Amino acid sequence: MEIIKADRLVHEYIRRDEEGNVESIQTALDHIDLDVQPGSFIAVLGHNGSGKSTLAKHINALLVPGEGTLFVDGMDTSDGKHTYDIRRSAGMVFQNPDNQIIASVVEEDVGFGPENIGVPTDEIWTRVEESLKSVGMLHYRSHSPNRLSGGQKQRVAIAGVMAMEPKCIVLDEPTAMLDPNGRKEVLNAVHALNKKKGVTVLLITHYMEEVVGADFVYVMDQGKIVMQGTPKEIFSKVDKLKKYRLDVPQITLLAHKLREAGLSVSRGILTREELTGELVQLYGSKK
Amino acid sequence: MSLILDKVSYVYSEGTAYERWALKNINLKLEDGEFIGIIGHTGSGKSTLIQHFNGLIKATSGGIYFNGRDIYEEDYDKRELRTQVGLVFQYPEHQLFETTIFDDVCFGPINQGLSKNEAGLRAFEALRSVGMPEKLYYQSPFDLSGGQKRRVAIAGVLAMKPKMLILDEPTAGLDPKGRDEILDLIAAMHKERNMTVVLVSHSMEDVAKYVERMIVMNDGEIMYDGTPGEVFLHYKELEAVGLAAPQVTYLMHELKEQGLPVNSAATTVEEAMESILKAFR
Repeated sequence: MEIIKADRLVHEYIRRDEEGNVESIQTALDHIDLDVQPGSFIAVLGHNGSGKSTLAKHINALLVPGEGTLFVDGMDTSDGKHTYDIRRSAGMVFQNPDNQIIASVVEEDVGFGPENIGVPTDEIWTRVEESLKSVGMLHYRSHSPNRLSGGQKQRVAIAGVMAMEPKCIVLDEPTAMLDPNGRKEVLNAVHALNKKKGVTVLLITHYMEEVVGADFVYVMDQGKIVMQGTPKEIFSKVDKLKKYRLDVPQITLLAHKLREAGLSVSRGILTREELTGELVQLYGSKK
Repeated sequence: MSLILDKVSYVYSEGTAYERWALKNINLKLEDGEFIGIIGHTGSGKSTLIQHFNGLIKATSGGIYFNGRDIYEEDYDKRELRTQVGLVFQYPEHQLFETTIFDDVCFGPINQGLSKNEAGLRAFEALRSVGMPEKLYYQSPFDLSGGQKRRVAIAGVLAMKPKMLILDEPTAGLDPKGRDEILDLIAAMHKERNMTVVLVSHSMEDVAKYVERMIVMNDGEIMYDGTPGEVFLHYKELEAVGLAAPQVTYLMHELKEQGLPVNSAATTVEEAMESILKAFR
């Protein structure tokens, strides 16, 4: 069974004037179909305002469908009695780590979630330890969060979500505010959770490089899913992506340009290793 | 229109248990019309440094000279300095507050003491130069998209006609097209107005593509100062301090190690392409 299944999901932001008459309607999600298998690593791309974050909020039942249905872990998000269970199965991490950390000690921050849902104290501590370990932050358990770097804070935020033992985590541009090292730390932590713990990951990002390791990619534009496929399939369509205000990883762009200039490199090259390999081989056969 | 920093140091919470040297003995000269990138990991002192440029933070020791004048002199006009050195903070759209886009952009020039008419003219010019469609001028800035809001915020600084523009991560949170648009806009202003531009960025690819000179900050000190090609040759040292080189630079190094006659100092896709094609010719 799919962990996330959307069927013709629609969301409209409706603005009303003071008398309650409808002033304008903006369709943020326009008949979205989505099938996410448990344990997969999904990336969602799209320009600012394409509907990515609205979609994320639906998966966490922060918003409910206007039309269509959304099932998270088999539960209908429009049914109010599932709301808390849905939030427990689908954890959410936002862009700014400073908005998500509430306690003055790292381990207390991570324990806040499980404490809130009534987990027994002994187990809270086990979970705190487990989740801090899984993001490589156990060493900082007794530190104050405000002395940590951005990447470390964001990993603490992820640990806080992990302590709720969700089946799925949704990350909405988790690296937008981080430096290159912080980005790497967070991405590695998320990949490790996906591989070792089998957590389903839905990563929303503007950094094309972060999508390379995903199993499947959705591209959104004007509330619709306009492209879907493996990273290789998606990034082989350089011109189409540009039309949607997106880009490709630098290496993919270089390979694309070399191809246009007449070198016979493959389509949709994603990593440095691939391109180096192909170029070295080409160069060897030239001689 | 040069800016000179002479042995500038800055200490946070001096004399307490939290005392920390954010800047250590910085010597720097920014020349007229340069396009400079500043990189460094979080906490390396970048933001502290740029806030010295327009006198928002006063150095613990050392001197700063703008146009040959000591900005710490008692009768120095700080307001004038802040007009000449425009600073665009991170997420500047959070500072929008007026009811219309036009009023928001007028706020700076009016504060400078210009008349309403003059301020209005400045606002028109600034909004046009950031590519804002005229039909939006009298709408609320809060109804705009993220990228557009940021343009309005940048226009607000441009309306003060600064000689030097400093931007702290102007592309954070924008989609790739939005990133290119903002950076192209900044590059165009640099070119057309011969404005000195200082760009603080976490994106090595952007820095490599746009700036002429880059300064690497680490632990409150200047680690490197040179062209992107020169600085990114030290990619191993950069990694050791939490930074990196653009992806293509790594590729070029790997190709060279494997025996291809390519230029390992290439830092942009265009340079890399040229060098690879040349090797195959």
